[in-house]
Amino acid sequence: MRTISYVQAINETLRQVMEEDRRVFLIGQGVTSPWYVGSTTVGLIDRFGPERVIDTPVSENGVTGTAIGAALAGMRPVLVHPRMDFMYYAMDQIANHAANWHYMFGGQMNVPLTIWAIINRGEEQAAQHSQALQAMFMHIPGLKVVMPGTPYDAKGLLIASIKDDNPVVYIDDRWLYDQEEDVPEELYTVPIGKGITRKQGKDVTIVATSYMVCEVTKAAMALEEDGIDAEVIDLRSLTPLDEALVFESVKKTGRLVVADGGWKTCGVGAEISAAVAGNAFEYLKAPIVRVSLPDAPAPASSALEKVYYPNANSVVSAVKKVLKWSGKSGV
Amino acid sequence: MKQYDTLITEESVRDIPATLLRAMYVTMLRIRKFEERVASLVSEGEIICPSHLYTGEEAVSTGVCSALRRDDWVFSTHRSHGHYVAKGGDIKALMAELYGKATGCSRGRGGSMHLASPEVGLPGSSAIVAGTIPLAVGAALAFSMREEGGVSVAFFGDGAVNEGVWYESLNFASLKRLPVIFVCENNLYSTHMPISACLADTSIYQKAEAFKMPGVRIDGNNVVEVYKTAKGAVEDARRGNGPTLIECMTYRWRGHVGSNFDLEKGLRSKQELDYWMKRCPIKALEGLLLNHDIISESEKEQICRGIDGEIEEALIFAKQSPYPGQNELLDNVFKT
Repeated sequence: MRTISYVQAINETLRQVMEEDRRVFLIGQGVTSPWYVGSTTVGLIDRFGPERVIDTPVSENGVTGTAIGAALAGMRPVLVHPRMDFMYYAMDQIANHAANWHYMFGGQMNVPLTIWAIINRGEEQAAQHSQALQAMFMHIPGLKVVMPGTPYDAKGLLIASIKDDNPVVYIDDRWLYDQEEDVPEELYTVPIGKGITRKQGKDVTIVATSYMVCEVTKAAMALEEDGIDAEVIDLRSLTPLDEALVFESVKKTGRLVVADGGWKTCGVGAEISAAVAGNAFEYLKAPIVRVSLPDAPAPASSALEKVYYPNANSVVSAVKKVLKWSGKSGV
Repeated sequence: MKQYDTLITEESVRDIPATLLRAMYVTMLRIRKFEERVASLVSEGEIICPSHLYTGEEAVSTGVCSALRRDDWVFSTHRSHGHYVAKGGDIKALMAELYGKATGCSRGRGGSMHLASPEVGLPGSSAIVAGTIPLAVGAALAFSMREEGGVSVAFFGDGAVNEGVWYESLNFASLKRLPVIFVCENNLYSTHMPISACLADTSIYQKAEAFKMPGVRIDGNNVVEVYKTAKGAVEDARRGNGPTLIECMTYRWRGHVGSNFDLEKGLRSKQELDYWMKRCPIKALEGLLLNHDIISESEKEQICRGIDGEIEEALIFAKQSPYPGQNELLDNVFKT
């Protein structure tokens, strides 16, 4: 075992999977650029050539449809959208075509496609270069959605996504790219649809996605100093959602905070809150609190970004609200 | 020499085997009779699913699919019955699909606008205008990566040329010289709107120039012309010379959707419809076949009866088939 970064884990995985399986190819904007998609694709063009590392014009919908068509014809493309913001152009192909194709033809055809979607925000990039749209994809039947929060999961979930027979939206966040941990060199999968408990605790359950796992981990350490023992769940997959893991934890702790880096309304937190309210209501000792982006576009100014993006402090205050709940409505 | 009317010149069929001409006639007639039967079933309220009928456009799908191998792929649209039949799809399963039955070609999950028959090279049809065009490009990309010599076809209407993805797809296909044929069925209307009200330049084939791709406009009611043009384009594509845009001028006799003719709504004139009905693609080929004794009047009757029988058999099959089980509602959201 060696320690590598999240970005190295993705790069290594792409190389290894493409070496192993001729059906896999990489297509999308910036895949031959040294910076467009971080350094995730560095060296791949030299190793595999332009036939299997296809840098594309800015034609998001057309290129997404092209990847879907290739998947229908038996390939296993990895389609990259270097910013989620650009994916609105491709929503027709993702939602109307990729997501429906298996069901709409009675299970005869399938789309083994990995749609690699990168959240790339901060540094005053403003409203059209900052979005985290996981909830939108989670809403659409027929798409699987994964959000690895660690280098180990970045590799294991990417392999699982490519091996899956369905369209999988694989969402990573560039704020995670420098994270380092031990990652096996060999190919392995992290199962899609399984969350993981990152820290055991008894006072409150904090469910987190993607980069928020880092902030929640920091928050849990800070809370510990205040004598609060939080349980931390990293969802890893949004569809299918590991509801059982969340319910079991809430049954133990009786309190829930959900931390996700997308917007609040109809977001990941809303879905999990409803699932818990519907299935573990009697165990709840306090209202559920969501940590999310406010329902506003991303601002440019750094001064505003500081209050726009939730962090460990937001999680700490949410937990304290839940623990101090007085019995009155509103938290 | 008999003197039946035909749009098709003798010269043009010299190098086409009589068996192929006959087969194309049978296919067109099968599409026509199927669609006209569906029209009456729609009028009777027997078929609920919105059905966009292909009557009048038979030469396009028939001519193109006759130039393809069985394992070549065609991607279809909301007006999909003609493509399905021309590619060799089973009409019992088609009728059952229109009835929403479990034995339908899409197991009752797709309906009229979503037909598939993977075994004959129809991986599906989309009701989103221009939606399957990039899919055809992607299949061509897969064929070209695997060096199998496969070709894919995107059928679409003139209305699709207004979609951005049309431009994205043609550009990408040409850029990568992919083995894909873009077949525009220009029936002059985008739902209720004449194409002249939709496109600043209605010469669709000329747009190919912008992508450095060959583009031709042909008589889409002349199945021989369609076949020969498609054959040339398919051979080019197979040889690695990239895509072609074929604009087939044709006309749908029925309205945009359902069994009406869109006359009563004042969407088009009776004179226009009459003009195109006189240019019937099936009559055109039939005249040629009779003139050349490729079929006789009695054989023609026999072919008609045979197809009528197939359709009645399909109808009985559809009616007698079970609906999908309600407990199967959530099957196939994902492949497991």
